[in-house]
Amino acid sequence: MSTLTDAATAHILPEGTREITFREALREAMTLEMRKDPRIFLMGEEVAQYNGAYKVSQGMLDEFGEKRIIDAPISENGFAGLAVGAAMYGLRPIIEFMSWSFSLVAADQILNNVPKMLYMSGGQWGCPVVFRGNNGAGGQLGSTHSWTVEALYANVPGLKIGIPSCPADAKGLLTTGIRDDDPYFNLESERMLSDKGPVPEGDYAIPFGQAALRRGTWSGERNSDVTLVSFGRPVNFCLDAADELAKDGVACDVLDMRTIRPLDIDSIIESVKRTNRVVVVDQCWPFASVASEVITQVCERAFDYLDHQPLRVNTDDVPTPYAKNLEAEYLPHKGKIIRAVRSTLGLS
Amino acid sequence: MPIRTVYKAQIDHLQILDEDGKLDEKLARDTLTDEQVLFAYEFMVLCRTYDEVAFKLQRSGRMGTYPQNKGQEAAAIGSGLAAVKGRDFLVPCYRENAALFLHGLPMEKILLHWMGDERGNQIPEGVLMTPLSIPIGTQMLHATGIAWAYKMRKEDRCVITYFGDGATSEGDFHEAMNFATVFNVPCVFFCQNNQWAISVPRESQMASETVAQKGLAYGAHCIQVDGNDLFAVYKATREAIDRARGGGGVTLIEAITYRLADHTTADDARRYRDEEEVASWRGKDPLIRLRKYLERKGLWDDARQAAHEEKCKAQVAEIVKNAEGIEKPSTDDIFDYTFGTELPAELQRQKATLRTTSLGQDPSQAGLGSDHSRAS
Ligand SMILES: Cc1ncc(C[n+]2csc(CCOP(=O)(O)OP(=O)(O)O)c2C)c(N)n1
Ligand SMILES: [Mg+2]
Repeated sequence: MSTLTDAATAHILPEGTREITFREALREAMTLEMRKDPRIFLMGEEVAQYNGAYKVSQGMLDEFGEKRIIDAPISENGFAGLAVGAAMYGLRPIIEFMSWSFSLVAADQILNNVPKMLYMSGGQWGCPVVFRGNNGAGGQLGSTHSWTVEALYANVPGLKIGIPSCPADAKGLLTTGIRDDDPYFNLESERMLSDKGPVPEGDYAIPFGQAALRRGTWSGERNSDVTLVSFGRPVNFCLDAADELAKDGVACDVLDMRTIRPLDIDSIIESVKRTNRVVVVDQCWPFASVASEVITQVCERAFDYLDHQPLRVNTDDVPTPYAKNLEAEYLPHKGKIIRAVRSTLGLS
Repeated sequence: MPIRTVYKAQIDHLQILDEDGKLDEKLARDTLTDEQVLFAYEFMVLCRTYDEVAFKLQRSGRMGTYPQNKGQEAAAIGSGLAAVKGRDFLVPCYRENAALFLHGLPMEKILLHWMGDERGNQIPEGVLMTPLSIPIGTQMLHATGIAWAYKMRKEDRCVITYFGDGATSEGDFHEAMNFATVFNVPCVFFCQNNQWAISVPRESQMASETVAQKGLAYGAHCIQVDGNDLFAVYKATREAIDRARGGGGVTLIEAITYRLADHTTADDARRYRDEEEVASWRGKDPLIRLRKYLERKGLWDDARQAAHEEKCKAQVAEIVKNAEGIEKPSTDDIFDYTFGTELPAELQRQKATLRTTSLGQDPSQAGLGSDHSRAS
């Protein structure tokens, strides 16, 4: 079993911890690694002169110069493929997609080349590229600009996919991804870029495949009533829901998966064995989603422990609506989560 | 405001050795020595033999599929000779075997690849090339990236990437050309215009008269060469490489050639090509042309041809034996190259059981026993 991160200790952060935004945390991860490793460069649309379409790379051009912070032509497939070549020749590219929605035009490079290069060359050509950018709906950007790519991309073997829910994880996961010898996709939420949270100074890496227990404890003093499993922005909705449910005496384990590839299924099983109920909250469409996968694995490994069928809270199975009120209702939100939790407990 | 011309361009076509084997001495100056030409011819015959044997292997069920290179040997060898082995980097698609062999790829590798073995793609240390690229066009972007890495590291090398006429319809071609020229990286784009993309003729693939002119839009140097003329291909490629290494810019070379065989062994080109057209191109076969030239110079004759053909047959037989003699990959290999780092727990679980297709399944629950025993 992988190391379990206890909620009781997860929040004790080392000295030098201060509050910074999600975008600053991402920038810190890149900056600290780039200072140490001259092979790393950042490329994408508007990342240099404009300091990033979402200001994640603010100031990086000044520090690292135009050889390492590079404005690319609007050509996602182009710079994704260029990164593959550069990585094959020993550089460590970080590619920023303005939005993961636009990574779809680069699908051949990122899905058909990046994760297969090593395999198809019999172990010879790795592809240590980091792809990162905004992922997820919620900003009224319309359906074509609101992709949550995790379900689609998690289906492809050979990729590592992280989806941080807070600034501290944004920094720690991206750092791990940059150092990793395999391709890594960092899915960031545009809705969260300005969110603040405690982030340790200096560099640190969060291992892939280790969930964080954000509510509840592993110590066994009191088992929760329900396990909530989530990743990325909806973890925060789960926390809100858990806090509200606590007022009614319903205790939830909230597991933040942090990476969906690899997936820390062991922590999920461990929690479900204590709570006997599970609700998976996932900001992707329901069909063949990460939520479906989690529930399949729970059934395979902990079927006898379940007191209620597993439930999932996904977005509605429609293109992301544009109108503000419709989009808000379409997303998994606190109300839906509370309803799901209560129904697993037979509460109205 | 009067109308002004803001852009004018022309595309030159270079031919040095004509179809009858006559050489333009002036243009040929400082290109290839007699010794190099002899070597190139012998190598062409070897590669043609290889191609024919590969075709037969497929027909007799010993290989999955195979794209014959027949008719395009001068383009591959001329450009391959212009690039410097161990310095310049080759980024191929699948129809320039000879260039890869020239640059040190063991000849059994290509057979192994088409026999269906990833190890055919393992490139030996020090041999500078990427594996064959099957999705059309993707490799051009990798080439740009490698060239960009060379530039970043201030290494005095060049990348040459190969692709077909059909590939220039892909976005990758345009994106790669754009990147390469905007970033001014040391990269040469070498198009083997063999007139066909499977069953689609050049005229249905593009409305532009030449492939070469497509590079004009990106500010590349552009030239069309007779791709069945070893001298012209060599000269144009060498100039392009020298220019690229000196920071002088990107070149698009269009080599006019012809796919004398089917697209792959899965294809029957007689269904869509006129026999007349094929026959006319048979007359332009690069091997015939070069042989005529060498014979005229007194460097080649029937006896040498016969002896060399025998030698090639024996050599290729040996290569086939080597490729077929390689032991089957172990079933562990199914998993082992998915990640460069340690296998994630979920894959370790699969690897241990092999018989369950589910990531989460506990082997004991799946009726597999706790010993994680394998399917035989
Ligand atoms: C992206 C992609 N689309 C389609 C194919 C199927 N396909 C294989 S070869 C080929 C034709 C390529 O023609 P060309 O670029 O002229 O190269 P040639 O085979 O003539 O050398 C096609 C369409 C593919 N391999 N990849
Ligand atoms: Mg073609």
